[in-house]
Amino acid sequence: MELRKNYFADQRKDGLHEIGHGRPRLDSPGHVTGKTAYFADRNVPNMLHLKMVRSPHHHARIRSIDTSEAEKHPGVVKILTARDVPHNVYTILILIQVGPEDETVLADGKPRWKGEAVVAVLAETERAAQEAAAKVKVDYEVLPAVFDMEEALKPGAPLVNEYHGQNYYLYDSGECRKVRFGDVEAGFAGADHILEQSYQSSPIEHAPTETTGCVVVPEGNDRFTCYTNTQAMFFTLDNASIILQMPGSKLHFVGGTVGGGFGGKVDVIVEPIAILGAKLTGRPVSFIYSREEEMQISSPRAAEKIIIKDGVMNDGRIVARKVTGYTDAGAYSRHSPYGAQKGAAHYPGPYTIPNVWIDTYCVYTNRTPSSAMRGFGVTIGDFALEVQMDKLARLIGMDPLEFRFINAYRDGDMKAHRQPTEGAALIECMQEASRAANWPVAEKYMAMSSYTKGA
Amino acid sequence: MAIRRGRGVAAINYPTGMNLGGDPTQALVHSTPTGNFMVTLSSVDLGQGLKQIMAQICAETIGVPTDRVTIDTADTDTGPHCMGTFASRGTHRAGNAVIQAAKEARQVMLEVAAEELEVNASDLETDGQGNILVKGAPQKSISIFDVALSAHFKRGRSISGRGMFLIPRSYPEKETGAMKPSTCYAHACTVAEVEVDDETGEVTVLTVKNVFEIGRALNPKMVEQQLVGGSWMGISHALYETTEPYYPNRDHGGTDFNQYLMPGPGDLAQTEIIVLERPSADGPYGAKGPGEMCANPQIPAVANAVFDAVGVRIDTLPITPERILRALKAQAAN
Repeated sequence: MELRKNYFADQRKDGLHEIGHGRPRLDSPGHVTGKTAYFADRNVPNMLHLKMVRSPHHHARIRSIDTSEAEKHPGVVKILTARDVPHNVYTILILIQVGPEDETVLADGKPRWKGEAVVAVLAETERAAQEAAAKVKVDYEVLPAVFDMEEALKPGAPLVNEYHGQNYYLYDSGECRKVRFGDVEAGFAGADHILEQSYQSSPIEHAPTETTGCVVVPEGNDRFTCYTNTQAMFFTLDNASIILQMPGSKLHFVGGTVGGGFGGKVDVIVEPIAILGAKLTGRPVSFIYSREEEMQISSPRAAEKIIIKDGVMNDGRIVARKVTGYTDAGAYSRHSPYGAQKGAAHYPGPYTIPNVWIDTYCVYTNRTPSSAMRGFGVTIGDFALEVQMDKLARLIGMDPLEFRFINAYRDGDMKAHRQPTEGAALIECMQEASRAANWPVAEKYMAMSSYTKGA
Repeated sequence: MAIRRGRGVAAINYPTGMNLGGDPTQALVHSTPTGNFMVTLSSVDLGQGLKQIMAQICAETIGVPTDRVTIDTADTDTGPHCMGTFASRGTHRAGNAVIQAAKEARQVMLEVAAEELEVNASDLETDGQGNILVKGAPQKSISIFDVALSAHFKRGRSISGRGMFLIPRSYPEKETGAMKPSTCYAHACTVAEVEVDDETGEVTVLTVKNVFEIGRALNPKMVEQQLVGGSWMGISHALYETTEPYYPNRDHGGTDFNQYLMPGPGDLAQTEIIVLERPSADGPYGAKGPGEMCANPQIPAVANAVFDAVGVRIDTLPITPERILRALKAQAAN
């Protein structure tokens, strides 16, 4: 790695004592010698293990649940169903008034994705819990399911989630989050060329080294300590408090050192049910995803579909951009309405475009609920935007790098979501990339600066 | 049939933090009697090194070496509120909270030192080595160790501080989408060079040259670790990863690392990282959040390089050999 100190030197105070120095990490010796303690390294005596009975169907109605055989299985201590969960229907962002509550801790009559938790089994050993879970008999009536976002949005599509009433998230702005800036139709009317293209992705797994999980220990004074690898301690505590209808003062969360997350550990999935198990049995409870559960059950990055229509002039200026983005939330919201909204603020990219029109939809399907992942709401958008930029440059016969210089935002430029640009540095990154990759651009672009508008 | 070479470029920006709920983070700092400093947080270290960065920020602000600072993180009984580690917010939000708390603690520390040295607190400075000196007269000094002893045992002072970062929650305007979801942006430009085998559809990423502008590299070694890892993830997303190879079909999802395809050591591209620093006005020592941004530009850069190599556009991720071969076949048919 090279630090190029010649850029923006006037804005920076170098020569500090600790900042700007490559100090070795104080925790790395523990990590590399295996001495760092993660939540699952706690050896808690008398601990129970929790395993889930999961829906084998994408969409189904539960006619009946029979746990009698499972209860007789040696080692089984407790079996939990939806009626044991005090506030079973929840949504994570309700803490900041983003609703409706649309997801169940344990399926209440109707699982909406293959793998959804239906019954929780607590047993003396992991193996006993697994074997007993296999003995739980659930009688399902299979319902029609929808997996494709376009299909889900068609009239008459199976309704994925009754708490929403339709297969998309209803923003205060309607069926999508909108950004409107300038007059996009006038922009297209005056453009030399118009290019409309569609981009798509499928879900991606976070693949952390440490799987999601927690260990809950009753403190003996009506308080519960939850050792967890959540990425957000109070987010999880506060949601657990709502789901369990327990005052937050009864909950103590301990975490802090996590073996990778990449956004996969911000959903509140394992902690509330494990705390409930500890409360109802009076014993410590461990609920840790197997690698298979981590791959199949935990929220992936959403599949997205993005349609971009651009109007461009022969001289390289983009004069209009229309983006429609679809985010596949799967069966439940989790953080997806937030991700789709983040995309709306991002879509013009780091470019100054006078006329912008954006709609982003959060769509429900009978698929594994997606949620946050590194670059949430933006990563696939960047793929679409920057492939589109390449196509536009070639369409007008311009060098792709030079084309980006023409459109790059600079300090003071107004972005489509109506924030003036501050601290821009795209031009300087491209200048340095031009040198590093030996990809020459015209001298006038190398003379540009993010500090000033115009050239 | 041949191995064809191509290169592609992509440029991006990325918001540091989001504030759908205001997204606050708080920090507490206090000294022990031996002049070590304890930072109490409920922020989570995901392995990216949050604890080390918070220690360096606290140390710089108070004026002690980093190894005099201990980070107690993620215990809800002891730590003040943190919204969590996500949205590239850890260094920026928690860092700002730590600076504010450390400044308050430093002020108390200087006041105690001023009483011991019989000067005004405003006439004192720290040397970064654990001592407090009188400006212009460095022979007149006291160690922070002795200041802490005095504060705790003689003067009855608590060398401590409270810090928090909170920006007003942004509510998007319904019709126009006007909003302020973030406060600063990191930037990047990547040039990728690939080889595509037009017989098998296989893509080999030869080189990635990544230029990242991240506000400030608080610990350049850790920045490098983050940016190299992120670049690898970007390439992995571009060419390999999917839980459902035939989206929206639910079949054939991976269940373990044998079935979920990611590049191994033999697939690593030659990676060059160049870092620019344009300090953010509201960042801790100017830092922005590079954690997520660094995995994004490689994806379109690789996609554009594939087109440059074989002349087909793959607009569906991941860019698998199968998709390339199908596109080449369609191209030949036309």
